Amino acid sequence: MKKITFTSVFSQLLLLFFVVAWIVPTFGLFISSLRDKDVLAISGWWTSFTTTEINEIYRTEGKDAQIKEGNYYFIKRNLFDGGQEKEIFRFGVTSKNIDEYEVGETALFKDQTEITVFENGDYIWKSEEEFKKKKGKRIFVSAKSPPTFTLDNYKEVLLKEGLGQAFLNTLAVALPATLIPLIICSYFAYALTWMKFYGRDILLATIIASLVVPLQMCLIPVLTIYNDFGALFGVSAKSFPGIWMAHTGFGLASTTFLLWNFLKTLPSEMIEAARVDGATHYDTFIKIVVPLSIPSFASIFILQFLWVWNDLLVGLVFLDKHPSEIILTAKLKELLGSRGENWEILTTGAFVSMTVPLFIFFSLQRYFIRGLVAGSIKG
Amino acid sequence: MSIFSLAITVLIGVLFFVAFFHFSNFLLDYFRVRASKKFALENSIRVIIFIAPAFIVLFVFILYPVFETIRLSFYDKIGENFVGLYNYSWAIKDPDFKRSIINNLGWLIVVPTISTFFGLVIANLADRVWWGSIAKSIIFMPMAISFVGAGVIWKFMYDYRGPGDQQIGLLNAIAVALGFEPQAWLTIPIWNNLFLMAIMIWIQTGLALVIFSAALRSIPNETLDAARIDGASELKIFWSIIVPFLEQTILVIWTIITILVLKVFDIIYAMTNGQWQTEVLANLMYDWMFRGGGDSGRGSVLAFCILIGVTPILAWNLYRHKQDQKV
Repeated sequence: MKKITFTSVFSQLLLLFFVVAWIVPTFGLFISSLRDKDVLAISGWWTSFTTTEINEIYRTEGKDAQIKEGNYYFIKRNLFDGGQEKEIFRFGVTSKNIDEYEVGETALFKDQTEITVFENGDYIWKSEEEFKKKKGKRIFVSAKSPPTFTLDNYKEVLLKEGLGQAFLNTLAVALPATLIPLIICSYFAYALTWMKFYGRDILLATIIASLVVPLQMCLIPVLTIYNDFGALFGVSAKSFPGIWMAHTGFGLASTTFLLWNFLKTLPSEMIEAARVDGATHYDTFIKIVVPLSIPSFASIFILQFLWVWNDLLVGLVFLDKHPSEIILTAKLKELLGSRGENWEILTTGAFVSMTVPLFIFFSLQRYFIRGLVAGSIKG
Repeated sequence: MSIFSLAITVLIGVLFFVAFFHFSNFLLDYFRVRASKKFALENSIRVIIFIAPAFIVLFVFILYPVFETIRLSFYDKIGENFVGLYNYSWAIKDPDFKRSIINNLGWLIVVPTISTFFGLVIANLADRVWWGSIAKSIIFMPMAISFVGAGVIWKFMYDYRGPGDQQIGLLNAIAVALGFEPQAWLTIPIWNNLFLMAIMIWIQTGLALVIFSAALRSIPNETLDAARIDGASELKIFWSIIVPFLEQTILVIWTIITILVLKVFDIIYAMTNGQWQTEVLANLMYDWMFRGGGDSGRGSVLAFCILIGVTPILAWNLYRHKQDQKV
């Protein structure tokens, strides 16, 4: 047992501080996505775990609901119309004095009718004369609301806001945009490692240089090529195959480099032995190299997949903003503009876009880290 | 599109490439049996099959565009008429450009420094407590989140309501609880840049953390124990043994984050779109790609500026690669 020292306590506290600071923003987003949108707009998410006091306005029923008992006319209903679980503790009948009465007390309207409101929202409205108005009167209540969480926001964004479709679109972009580079780069990396040909070293140096070339350097010419291509063949310049190839291009250098880094660690005797036995490069690749590279493929797959899934820029440039093509990140950015104050939409939308990355993160963290650490060597 | 048609499109797209490699190699093997003497020819055809798809993609999407962008920077907005250095002189006079350069420099100084420092400190702390791996996971988690998602998370943190209203953004709620006035953090020029940088730091600290964690394991325990027996404080050990030992790693992480920061686009685009003096090169470049029907000349100049920023790293990488090859 280590002894408890000042340093160790301090270390723990400092680390705890970092952990809390890092988790709180995401946690707040997640909690908010589960809250009722009206409550979300007026109170901080950290209040959602405790019973909150809220002021609300309800309207009583009108004349249609009245019954006559003895000499009096009554309207006996519930302000909440069932459903909600709130506990009223004060109420009022004018906007100037919204918490004038204790619950259970009887309040007097200007027209001399009397109303009593109870804790659970039941009220009894009593009048000597018949109720004439179709519309009821406003009742101001102060209620305690226990913590409630709902999945309504998720239904709303997935179905009504079109995030469900955007989710599918992103998947349709990300899967091929990860698999295609993996396929063509594995052959490429094999050739760079085990085949002898003129210009191999220059090609390798080109890959290393391309690793750090900013995406922005490529956007305008590639977009021009796409537009020309589209015009020439009478197809849209913005399409799924188009963005797959764009992502393939922009991810090619890093995928190749990571694979090359891995392949050169394989024992060369093994490859050469296979070659001496008369196996072609293709056989060697499929039967020896690929099975050995599965863990490395997994790491690279995750890195590229997350990169594509989280990308915004390439999606903005190479896909339409039409609902059938728009990707999650672009949709989210659009919502930030158009629904900037609707936090229930934004928080839920953001969380939907994070589900797949977070799932991959928690289930395949080992491969993710391995890929990052391997990639870090490239600088 | 329905799930079904999306799935079909995806499948065809992927299978196309699998089929290409399979059938081209199959054909080659087939003809080899017929003309087995031409071994050299077979080999070079095989090389071509292996590298051609990747090379074509590399050429179309990286090599050609880089030179084309440089060329376009000397042409007018539609890329047809040569205008010499006009776009460059426009850039120098443009206030947005000046703002972008200053902001990018700020990002370059602040983000890699703090992320690397935090990563190093947390990696050290996490190594000595039993719940270290959970802590690492949590701090690493933002790495999996998109910049736009992170943007929403932090925009919510920075949310502003007028004084007197209930604050729903955590930062303002804390400010109010401490007796300060609530602030619209993202609209306060100069300072708002720091609030945007915080997002990037929040994300990239995790990267630094995992790489440092891996590297820390390579420090021999004997060295650390020896220092402790000699009575060195933990702080002293950190600065005098760990930091010098990880010098290479620090440099590597620094460069990765630097490259990323030079290209920073999503965060700015989603949070402020360059308003309130938060403009950066990548966002300005995107803006000019489409503003007024698009100006490829100005856009190219801005992209070129980002390339110039990464050039030292590019040269250094090539140099290191050359050194490695010699060994």
